[in-house]
Amino acid sequence: MIVGTIHKITGPVVVARDMLGAKMYDIVRVGQQGLMGEVIRLEGDRATIQVYEDTSGLTVGDLVESTAGPLMVELGPGLLSSIYDGVQRPLPVIAEQSGDYIERGTVASALDRDRKWQFTPGVAVGQELQPGDVVGTIPEGQTIIHKVMVPPDMSGKVASVAPEGEYTVDEVMATLEGGAEIKMSQWWPVRQGRPYVRKLDPTHPFTTGMRILDTFFPIALGGNAIIPGGFGTGKTVTQQSLAKWADVDIIVYIGCGERGNEMTEVLTEFPELEDPRTGAPLMDRTVLVANTSNMPVAAREASIYVGATLAEFYRDMGYNVAMMADSTSRWGEALREVSGRLEEMPGEEGYPAYLATRLAAFYERSGRVKPLGSDDRVGSVTMVGAVSPAGGDMSEPMTQNSLRVTGAFWALDTSLAHRRHFPAISWTKSYTLYGGQVRGWFEENVAHDWQELRDRAMFILQKETELQEIVQLVGPDALPESEKVILEVARMLREDFLQQFAFDDVDAYCPPKKAYMMLKVVLAFYDAAVAALNRGVSLRQVLDLPIKDKIAGMKVTPHDEAIEDLPVFAATLAEDIAGIEVY
Amino acid sequence: MAPETIAKPSESPKQSLLATDYRTISYVTGPLVFVNNVHNVAYNEMVSIRMPDESRRTGQVLEIAGEIAVIQIFEGTQGIDVDATEIRFLEEVAKIDVAPELLGRVLNGTGKPIDGGSPIIPEARLDITGAPINPYTREKPADFIETGISAIDGLNTLVRGQKLPIFSGSGLPANELAAQIIRQARVKSGEEFAIVFGAMGITHREASYFMSQFEQTGALERVVFFLNLADDPTVERLLTPKCALTVAEYLAFEKDMQVLVVLSDMTNYCEALREVSTAREEVPGRRGFPGYMYTDLSTIYERAGRIKGRQGSVTQLPILSMPDDDITHPIPDLTGYITEGQIVLSRHLHRRGIYPPIDTLPCLSRLMNLGIGDGKTRDDHRAVANQLYAAYAQGRDLRKLVAIVGEEALSETDRRYLRFADDFESRIVGQGEEGRTIEETLQIGWDLMSGLPMGELKRVRDFIPKYHPNPDEQADL
Repeated sequence: MIVGTIHKITGPVVVARDMLGAKMYDIVRVGQQGLMGEVIRLEGDRATIQVYEDTSGLTVGDLVESTAGPLMVELGPGLLSSIYDGVQRPLPVIAEQSGDYIERGTVASALDRDRKWQFTPGVAVGQELQPGDVVGTIPEGQTIIHKVMVPPDMSGKVASVAPEGEYTVDEVMATLEGGAEIKMSQWWPVRQGRPYVRKLDPTHPFTTGMRILDTFFPIALGGNAIIPGGFGTGKTVTQQSLAKWADVDIIVYIGCGERGNEMTEVLTEFPELEDPRTGAPLMDRTVLVANTSNMPVAAREASIYVGATLAEFYRDMGYNVAMMADSTSRWGEALREVSGRLEEMPGEEGYPAYLATRLAAFYERSGRVKPLGSDDRVGSVTMVGAVSPAGGDMSEPMTQNSLRVTGAFWALDTSLAHRRHFPAISWTKSYTLYGGQVRGWFEENVAHDWQELRDRAMFILQKETELQEIVQLVGPDALPESEKVILEVARMLREDFLQQFAFDDVDAYCPPKKAYMMLKVVLAFYDAAVAALNRGVSLRQVLDLPIKDKIAGMKVTPHDEAIEDLPVFAATLAEDIAGIEVY
Repeated sequence: MAPETIAKPSESPKQSLLATDYRTISYVTGPLVFVNNVHNVAYNEMVSIRMPDESRRTGQVLEIAGEIAVIQIFEGTQGIDVDATEIRFLEEVAKIDVAPELLGRVLNGTGKPIDGGSPIIPEARLDITGAPINPYTREKPADFIETGISAIDGLNTLVRGQKLPIFSGSGLPANELAAQIIRQARVKSGEEFAIVFGAMGITHREASYFMSQFEQTGALERVVFFLNLADDPTVERLLTPKCALTVAEYLAFEKDMQVLVVLSDMTNYCEALREVSTAREEVPGRRGFPGYMYTDLSTIYERAGRIKGRQGSVTQLPILSMPDDDITHPIPDLTGYITEGQIVLSRHLHRRGIYPPIDTLPCLSRLMNLGIGDGKTRDDHRAVANQLYAAYAQGRDLRKLVAIVGEEALSETDRRYLRFADDFESRIVGQGEEGRTIEETLQIGWDLMSGLPMGELKRVRDFIPKYHPNPDEQADL
């Protein structure tokens, strides 16, 4: 065992001597309290360590002990509905051990060692197993079937397999010839992506229930997106809405350097919410990693990788996993802080020069893959990272470097937020690179003219932006009626379609089918109005019909009712407008 | 080893009686002192310095490298020499004596009484750094605090356990607003708040303003006043908010009190942080502030909230001055990312004589939805707030347009929006010194909305029959 002594202490960074033999990213225990740390630089026999806990009280000469292994997470049943800190210690267990505050040096097992799980074997003695093959299954929560898989470094013939029954996570579920044991849980180093056979093209959309995202800026399962926005623009609310409503099997939600009260909100709200598809509590398919801003900064850096590894584990079982990281900027700042303590040459705005590399490596862990294993299951990890640009200025390094590696940009706009237009996602600045890939799915499963409607609506919104510039100069009365109608319809699109109230029971979630119908109604109104104007009807006459109110009410109409009624409504409103007499 | 001392490796116990006084200062710069040949010094350990003239100062270990310790001196380094000055390490991290008797007392920035009263008999001695509250044991903030100020209660509601900063600018009446909130703040149960006031680098005039306010309203006996004035040592104010919050947590979670913490002015705190960072020759971040400022600020602001199973709560109301009214400056920017919203003051409104000059558009209370609605305030609260916001934003946009095309070019509806924006500023925001109940605030909101065409009131449609002053009036456009 490698045991050294502390030589230097500065904030969360400690330098230890006599550490010859320690490896990069090995986990060490520092000082009498055994604070957890990680080797991040080696220089002769000196190891530089970032400590995951507050270093107050450490002295020069205190012992540093290497565990001779990297930061690992334990993967097994019981992860779902857990809440962990940045290094996979369950917060409820910490609360039991050390009370209301998080004390230092707490050691807590990630999985409950005593809980029994119902195991059903899926292999027979003598069967040849590949890495990733499913040894047996365990119901985890009401809806998720947990698969006990052969770890990536094992293969061979089954020598024995546990009979159906109840077991704890430490028990051996099967042995292979040659003596290798497959336990119910396995360990994996967080900084290393879990292996898979190959990546698949993302063609299936990640539907979110948010109209602006599903309609205008969809991403694919296995894709990634960033949500940048200044404070108060609704990053967290958007992330939480995605976590609640996105059409995936598993949610990994990482509160990375954010507010404690917000994490509490997630914690109290998710168990009460129902999964819209299964009716089971939302928490049953959620893993929370909470590292609030005042918790140690180095653990914040690790928390993102812990989350990614948990997500990959469920991906390997063949599930669609969504991982929300709120906020990646805090992770970047943790990197910057540690880099500063290491006295590294700073890059842009004090961030280390390797920021872009780290970001790219992180986002590349998303994807739709064929996991290891001889069956043909497919899983995906979709990543959505919030970015908190300093001063709301999107030219800062975190936003720019993230943009280069992610496939969609959902820009939150401060001026929209100020006028309480939520979600404050800007339709002029946002973009998606997945549009072409998921278009086929929408045309097949929602409506064949999906793309056409979407493009027309987008055109009206863009046109409004141009017209607004003219209005700013000459006033609205100077516009011809044909352009005033564009302003009216664009306003409908903004207020009655794009705005979505996350706290309303009905409006919080909108299925793509309903979004399509709503769009269809607004565009039917536009077409009818333009036709009427061409006949010589005035815009005032069109607007005086009792249609606007009904359009405004569409979003709070229950989904099934709306999908049934809206096509009828679109037809009648066209008739009504066509029936206006010219004075 | 006494329980409050720092745990040290057992093979080298340091007995207090044998404590070494070091005379090995090698280098002094800004607020920092470098001491050579030290042994068994702990990170963040407190230090006592004996000056050549026998006076005492205090410091804290910032960094240890081998046998060199870097110490920041809270009272400044003036008068320190490398020859005669002695350094003694105190074997404990920064702590403060706490007792319920602190209420009504005035303390300096490091928690020592300076009001000439009797010494405080401590009930406990607590580490001022504090440990992070486990998110799992936090209780969701959910109780409405009535501040009596319409722009806050009606539109950006404060709830118990929230941290809501006031973003001010030089010359804007943030202190008056804070004093008014302290005077009027009530929870529904009628319980009064205990106030912990942390003054960092504020002027004597500002300090005495608060004192006289507390005296006039008889609030003084429920205030703990931490006072670090503008001419007090700069580095000392790095301890002030931590001391204040330690006392606040003690009163809230040990003594079951509802505590309101006012910290003024956080800008001075951040500048002290920058001063120390620069002296340490650290890599500067934006505008020379250290890269760890976000983390440092979060260890202050995150010490607000409620804990499951405890009666008390800590609500924070930090005040900061935005340099040059720039909300993108690192101090307001990082603060906004940590706190649960912000109240922003506007120079424009202030010039027009509107008090309190709260610029509602950039204001936000993230926890508002938890504290309002039926049973907490009133069922129409959310809808009214949304409608007022939307209409005011519309009115403000139209003002820009009017500046170019003139009011004649506007439609009747637009003219009503313009009038609404003016009325909103003068009646809802500009309430003056009076306090209003939430019902009064909402009533004024409805009065203003009744000046708009009925068809425009989309967001309050469901409540029109119940609350609109003339619900039967037809949309007359």
